Amino acid sequence: MGLVDTVLPALAQVGLLVALLALAHRPFGAYMAAVYTTTRRGRVESAWYRATGVDPDVDQRWSSYLVSLLGFSCVSVLGLYALGRLQGALPLSLGLPGADPAGAWNFAVSFTTNTNWQWYSGESTAGHLLQMAGFTVQNFVSAAVGLAVAVALVRGFARSRGDGRIGNFWVDLTRGVTRILLPISFLAALVLMAGGVIQTFDPHTATTTLTGGTQHLLGGPVASQEAIKELGTNGGGFFNANSSHPFENPNAVTNLLEIFLLLLIPSALPRTFGLMVDDRRQGWAILGVMGGLWAALVLATTWAELAGAGSAPQAAGAAMEGKEVRFGLATSALFAASTTATSTGAVNSMHDSFTGAGGGTVLFAMLLGEVVPGGVGAGLYGMLMLAVVAVFLAGLMVGRTPEYLGKKIGQREITLVALYVLVTPSLVLVGTALSVVLAPGLDGIQEPGPHGLSEVMYAFASAANNNGSAFAGLSTGTPYYNILLGLAMLLGRFVPIALVLALAGRLAAQPSLPASAGTLPTHRPTFVALLGSTVLVVAGLTFIPALSLGPIAEALS
Amino acid sequence: MTLLRTPPTRTPGTGQPHPDRTHTHATTPRGISLAQLRAALPGAVRKLDPRQLTASPVIFLVEVGAVLTTVLSVLRPSAFSWWVTVWLWATVLFATLAESVAESRGKAQASSLRRTQQETEARRLVAPTGTLPGGWTAESLDTVTVPSSQLVVGDVVVVVAGEVIPGDGDVVDGVATVDESAITGESAPVLRESGGDRSAVTGGTTVLSDQIAVRITAPPGSTFVDRMIALVEGSERQRTPNEIALNVLLTSLTLVFLLAVATLQPFAVYSGSRQSLVVLVALLVCLIPTTIGALLSAIGIAGMDRLVQHNVLAMSGRAVEAAGDVDVLLLDKTGTITLGNRQATELLSLPGTDDEELAHAARLSSLGDQTPEGRSIVDLVDSQLGDRAVLPDGAQLVEFSAVTRMSGVDVLRDGVPCRVRKGAASAVLRWVQDTGSRPGTDTDPAVTRKVDTVSRAGGTPLVVAEQTGDGPARVLGVIHLKDVVKPGVRERFAEMRAMGIRTVMVTGDNEVTARAIATEAGVDDVLAEATPQDKLAFIRREQEGGRLVAMAGDGTNDAPALAQADVGVAMGSGTAAAKEAGNMVDLDSDPTKLLDIVRIGKQLLITRGALTTFSVANDVAKYFAILPAMFVVVAPQMDALNIMRLSSPESAVVSAVIFNAVVILALVPLALRGVRYRAESAQSLLSRNLLVYGVGGLVTPFVGVKLIDLLVSLLPGF
Repeated sequence: MGLVDTVLPALAQVGLLVALLALAHRPFGAYMAAVYTTTRRGRVESAWYRATGVDPDVDQRWSSYLVSLLGFSCVSVLGLYALGRLQGALPLSLGLPGADPAGAWNFAVSFTTNTNWQWYSGESTAGHLLQMAGFTVQNFVSAAVGLAVAVALVRGFARSRGDGRIGNFWVDLTRGVTRILLPISFLAALVLMAGGVIQTFDPHTATTTLTGGTQHLLGGPVASQEAIKELGTNGGGFFNANSSHPFENPNAVTNLLEIFLLLLIPSALPRTFGLMVDDRRQGWAILGVMGGLWAALVLATTWAELAGAGSAPQAAGAAMEGKEVRFGLATSALFAASTTATSTGAVNSMHDSFTGAGGGTVLFAMLLGEVVPGGVGAGLYGMLMLAVVAVFLAGLMVGRTPEYLGKKIGQREITLVALYVLVTPSLVLVGTALSVVLAPGLDGIQEPGPHGLSEVMYAFASAANNNGSAFAGLSTGTPYYNILLGLAMLLGRFVPIALVLALAGRLAAQPSLPASAGTLPTHRPTFVALLGSTVLVVAGLTFIPALSLGPIAEALS
Repeated sequence: MTLLRTPPTRTPGTGQPHPDRTHTHATTPRGISLAQLRAALPGAVRKLDPRQLTASPVIFLVEVGAVLTTVLSVLRPSAFSWWVTVWLWATVLFATLAESVAESRGKAQASSLRRTQQETEARRLVAPTGTLPGGWTAESLDTVTVPSSQLVVGDVVVVVAGEVIPGDGDVVDGVATVDESAITGESAPVLRESGGDRSAVTGGTTVLSDQIAVRITAPPGSTFVDRMIALVEGSERQRTPNEIALNVLLTSLTLVFLLAVATLQPFAVYSGSRQSLVVLVALLVCLIPTTIGALLSAIGIAGMDRLVQHNVLAMSGRAVEAAGDVDVLLLDKTGTITLGNRQATELLSLPGTDDEELAHAARLSSLGDQTPEGRSIVDLVDSQLGDRAVLPDGAQLVEFSAVTRMSGVDVLRDGVPCRVRKGAASAVLRWVQDTGSRPGTDTDPAVTRKVDTVSRAGGTPLVVAEQTGDGPARVLGVIHLKDVVKPGVRERFAEMRAMGIRTVMVTGDNEVTARAIATEAGVDDVLAEATPQDKLAFIRREQEGGRLVAMAGDGTNDAPALAQADVGVAMGSGTAAAKEAGNMVDLDSDPTKLLDIVRIGKQLLITRGALTTFSVANDVAKYFAILPAMFVVVAPQMDALNIMRLSSPESAVVSAVIFNAVVILALVPLALRGVRYRAESAQSLLSRNLLVYGVGGLVTPFVGVKLIDLLVSLLPGF
């Protein structure tokens, strides 16, 4: 493979992607900041609050913000569960039956938690009603919930009144959906349709094949879901093949647009953060860490796939198994690294078929905690939590009680952050350990050896970090995996959110301290390096032992 | 028309603060000796009691692991498991040893303090009254002799020369010199008198001359010395907020690693390489932050100890940490920023007056003046003119009085009576007029101009006038008395600025004078014409802005401000009220000590942060040592990760465990001494400490484990 026909196009593609994201960064970041800080309301928005009984002028404390959020999510889970179970009796089911209890539980949790893990094939399990009223609605609101939590945490840092109030969940939810997600999705869906993504209510298109037989091509309202699938870092595909399906992602242009969409909000949020805390340099620092690690992940995955180590790729000449010929190695690697680093989980290639090193890298991208740049909202709040850890260590090293953005990091604050850091690793490690010991877990593993361990670990990493992509080798449609992974998704989403909001409340209750030359500067390259190392070390030290028996052993063999 | 100008006097050693300043009864340790270790060993062994270890979850877990491997080694003995077991116990022991060594230094100080606490006899007044008859003696009063331990608050005791003061109290009558060396280590006696800010006496100190009546203010058992003993022994040590927060982080790190190691066994079983419990325990102990966990409490004790070495007693560890966070330093001008007394630096003669004439007159008028200002005028003229004339016979000294506000001398010059006066401008000018001098049209404005010049420069003007015979007196010129800024102060304030600390000078002077001195000393701000209420209000205002304020004070009227400040350092010579209000006491009564206290507070936090970073960074190398060793049997390709080329899997594990234990011992001196601290911005501190302790922590174990492996590989069974 020559330099000219692989590396240069790959670089050009990444360059174009970064250029597009850079163009959008400032205006879009500023727009989002305005969305969450403005007090102006349109007539429709005001009417909506009146109708739903929300007083938009009342800021909530963290506890009631959390109760509102959990209440809303609980209703979402129950609603989705009901839709799934009763599908057979509801219209627009395309004749598909209701899902079994474990399966319905799993996708109800999956879509509410912005994970969009799919144990099922979309086309053979979900009718139009479930797809549109269930999944697509959750694609919007679950993303808006993530945004709301991030914004609430940022307000905790930004506000100096000391009254502990962090905003109104209902207002944040409404604005996230109506002012950010809906308009961009609408535009993006149009562009995707122009690019060849289908949008139809006709479930089947009959065509005559070359041999004269009749083939039924499954279709549906794909473009509308595709846009929010990427923009909301959801990832749940209309089709089982997800973005490797030509109706979801027909060509290189739509492919690039999809990668752009899934990175758009997470990469612009640091700007929003910088504007809201009134120090844009802080936003640049966070973006620097996110961007640097994302670039490293893309580079590592691309290198692993281009090098194509392993006996099968060597024999075949390239690691093309599980990849679309339309996209090729580098494009697939770029998509894979971006989708796992953003908690999207959409795929345009099968990660299971990646080389040992490549598969390990995308797994590690999730294990970093979905912070580079992470899911919509979740990436920013996750990174800020890790920033608090870094500030705590570094703050001590400059001889002061650690403070971040003028808020002191004391015992209570660090306790919340420490618990936050514990949640996801616990879910991933305990879930994986159980599944490689218990019979129903072992039954799902299709390949023995290190790759089988990688598959199980990938599933739990994906669920607990709310990514949703899969190492397809694992049969997870069983009650065991549906229940356990559902639990991992649920706890992996809402326990961290509760801790983040609790921290936001504590921060908002503190008055802001003025900065001096003795204050740790959190916008300089030193801090960027420190935070980057913290992200790597926290994940690395936790998961290296387990990874060494899975992807590392695989990559070294 | 400037005649004489001298550079500000540079008197070496006067209040020159120095970070490594040592004191008579304590020296800064540079390391620990074997004897110290041996002395601390029994205490360390006692601390192995698991009930005592629960305060440090990290070390507690190591002990649990050590017990586990001991049992396993007994059941299935092997050289490998015994080596691991021995070194796990060593890890725990090194941790308790660190704490024990830190405590032992305090214990030595405590025992020397205890010697001051011998039971003494007290002469107690039968009727405790504050007003004693004039000319009293110990015998003339109605007293009863009781043991000092039986005194209660409110009792009045009489102490005469040569006797030990039986308890803490306030002098209610009399004046005495007191030897306080037992507490301060300072051999020069101090004056204690009733009323005012020098009335507090401490039990255990000795009256050298005269006699005093003291009202007891603290019951036996809770005197100042008792508190000191408790503090330096660490028996009252409470963990400080940052220490608790760090412990939370360390505990959660420990949990993460516990989880990682506990779940590793299922993965290993799945992969067909079940691990022995000994190896898993070894891995766990290597990963959890044992280094910082072992040294955390030693660092805290040593921090308090460093303050004690600077003769500062912190009433709480919280205050020491707060010192590191201080944003604003409130410093009294006199004694802290300037030498206590003003000095003559310049003579300004009026038009028509010979410079030498003014100099001679100024000197003459000051020869009998024993105040520091007067002596400084003589010194100034002597150094410039070499005038050695003494006061002529028959000279009549005119003492300064509050009414005349002048002083001077009357002499006979060539048989003619000659009167020289110096004093405040208004007083001297009035005297000149009274002598019949016509209200001058040219003299007055010239004098006023000179006086203003001096005032604006932050000095105090003294006008010199002379009357020969009965003729009208005439003004000769103006002496510039200047507040002399202490040498080295400017540099220290520059350091403070680099550290992000704002210095504010508090003075009773007017704004103009205060500003001039502030500029010269390099302080950031002044609080001029300050009353104690102004100070308190200023502190409150700063605190409302989220800033932490430190101040020093000694008087009773400082007490509210001392109590309000986040770090309030009371002078040892100060009143009981001031000491009660502050959260630190400086036994040397040196207000510049504030700067050292800030330094020590910062150093304490930095040491914790640096060793935590070091501890965590160490883990990377340990993974490279242990993981290949664990899995190389089932996955030979894992040998590629054995980048240190350790000789065997067993040796790799044992070497990592040994390194982990030894590094604790190696870092004990650093923990006790504190990491090096330079006054610089947070940014450069961060960069340097990250480089030294972060990158250093990453690299060191690669070298250390490899070296230990070279030795271990020589052992039988490896």
